[in-house]
Amino acid sequence: MTPALEIRDLVKKFGDFTAVDHVTFQVAQGEIFGFLGPNGAGKSTVIRMLCGLLTPTAGWGAVAGFDVTKNPEEIRKNIGYMSQKFSLYDDLSVEQNIDFFSRIYSVPKQLRSERKEYVLRMAGLTDRRDTLTRLLAGGWKQRLALGCAIVHSPRILFLDEPTSGVDPIARRSFWDLIYQLAEGGQTILVTTHYMDEAEYCHRLALIYRGKLIALGVPEQLKRDLHSHKLLQLETSDLLGTMRALESEPGVLDVAVFGAGLHVNVEDLTAGAEHIRRVLEQKKIQVKRLEPIQPSMEDVFVGLIEAEEQKNP
Amino acid sequence: MNFRRTRAMFAKEFRHILRDSRSLIMALFLPLFQMLLFGYALNLDVDRIPTMIFDGDHSADSRALIARLRGSRFFEIEGYANSYGEIEKGIDKSKVLLGIVIPRNYSQHLNAGSRANVQILLDGSDSNTASIALSYVEALVQSYALQVRSTGQDRLAGMPLVSPVDARLRVWYNSTLQSTNYIVPGLIAAMMMVIAALLTSLTVAREWEMGTMEQLLSTPVRAGEIVLGKMGAFFVVGLVDTTIAVLVGIFVYGVPFRGNVLMLALSTMIFLSGAFFWGILVSALARTQLFAFQLGLVTTFLPSFLLSGFLYAIENMPVPIQVITHVVPARYFVTIVRGIFLKGIGMSLLWGQVLFLAAFSLLVFLAAERRMRQKLA
Repeated sequence: MTPALEIRDLVKKFGDFTAVDHVTFQVAQGEIFGFLGPNGAGKSTVIRMLCGLLTPTAGWGAVAGFDVTKNPEEIRKNIGYMSQKFSLYDDLSVEQNIDFFSRIYSVPKQLRSERKEYVLRMAGLTDRRDTLTRLLAGGWKQRLALGCAIVHSPRILFLDEPTSGVDPIARRSFWDLIYQLAEGGQTILVTTHYMDEAEYCHRLALIYRGKLIALGVPEQLKRDLHSHKLLQLETSDLLGTMRALESEPGVLDVAVFGAGLHVNVEDLTAGAEHIRRVLEQKKIQVKRLEPIQPSMEDVFVGLIEAEEQKNP
Repeated sequence: MNFRRTRAMFAKEFRHILRDSRSLIMALFLPLFQMLLFGYALNLDVDRIPTMIFDGDHSADSRALIARLRGSRFFEIEGYANSYGEIEKGIDKSKVLLGIVIPRNYSQHLNAGSRANVQILLDGSDSNTASIALSYVEALVQSYALQVRSTGQDRLAGMPLVSPVDARLRVWYNSTLQSTNYIVPGLIAAMMMVIAALLTSLTVAREWEMGTMEQLLSTPVRAGEIVLGKMGAFFVVGLVDTTIAVLVGIFVYGVPFRGNVLMLALSTMIFLSGAFFWGILVSALARTQLFAFQLGLVTTFLPSFLLSGFLYAIENMPVPIQVITHVVPARYFVTIVRGIFLKGIGMSLLWGQVLFLAAFSLLVFLAAERRMRQKLA
């Protein structure tokens, strides 16, 4: 199957500043592809190039089979885009916004009202179709914006930080919608800096200072995080344990964390054995000693720190 | 260019206009307000000049001269002075513009056949009005002097002598020489340029500020469709505005309308489209509403009011400025509106102006379309 979108060595420079530096990846059809990175890393710039809003400085990209530099008009018919900033017309009603986008996207007349009802249902705005968009609460606005971006059933959907500034419950239900769309075969490229959201994605790309620094399935990214060797340790004597372990070889750092300790070691298996031996000698009872599964946040911070050490 | 997308833009834009009731009321009342304000304030007629007379002679002859002045509609006798000082004070206080001094021996000189002098004092601080007032009073005194002389000659000849040359004047198009008839049609033209450009100057910049432009650019809508759709919505407002202005001109100021309504409508549409495209171009260039508004105002207000021939005759301008006036669209529309209103002329004489406006509109549309096609950065 041809990928829904593909970019190869994509570069975007603004003057001397390289916002996107030779980024390469593919997204398969029906995939929810997460684009992760700190603010200013270049996530939005990549998306804008894919939507034809910016022209790449170098490199190649194709969306829905169309070249981003040669055929942006064809691309625009096949994508939906939800920008970072809420960008519907807030002096128009819910229904008027949907109508406008459905006409702009040339949704066939006979489908228009069906699509509109679908969007209204999806956004939970069926009873508020005549409400001015300005008066909607944040979560509803977000869902309406998503609705307007999918009114023409685009093959590929670009969501640029779709849930920023929305409460956790609204975020959760927003993600339910994204799953529904993906199940329906739509490809979704979503940027976020919420770590929990990153875990919802089928595949993730980490971008930092314009460079792609990691790419993979969330579970695999966690497993691959070599710098992350943390042990959760609970003992009968916390203070004694800290003193005992601080100067031991192979132990990098010991920190109090809740009711126990987090011990950073050079090697997980050898470190754990060594700690058991040391504490046995000191007659400190070990209640719990096990490696900690890194969170997405740990992956994120760990990778960025590693990147900074490489290129300070 | 896709008709349905253009119509969607148009409908959306029209909804914005209707929704924003404050701006809509402004847009509809502005021409009315400006027409009334400028129409009355910009009165170039000089009549009823406040005048003070110091009659030092108190004779039948001096009273005859004063009676001539009182009989003229150009002079309004504000009072009689008993000294020079009073006239001076009157002029200093701007109570009067004109002082006339008839010296003590006026009658004596007149009857002795020698030259009798009358002194005229003028407030020259408003040079334009002063020079017009001067010409009025000179003409009056001269004709009075001629009358005095011919009465004397008639008496000598024993019969009335005929004046050798008599000028018979007939003023065309504005027979009463009222400046409102001249100003109001020009005002409609100059004012509509400014109003039209300002109306559209906010529209694209607002979308940039709101972030909706980014959304629009990600959809299949083309730049030309955006420009045309936006223009179309404001076009409706512009036509209503122009109609209001024309009706005020005819019914409030009583300006004669001699030409063809269709000709006026057609040229107005062409002119308005250009002015609206100009506003859109300015808006797309500025990208912020504040800057767009200022740019729109500066690029239309000054040229339309100063360089269009609306207030100041282009023939009297220095040559380089005259050259510049050729690219001011209001110049052509002022000529068209005046021509239709006062002279009743039509396409056979105005086609050049109409053609220029059409070319202007097309060029500005293309420039705006190009500008809109540009991407985010």
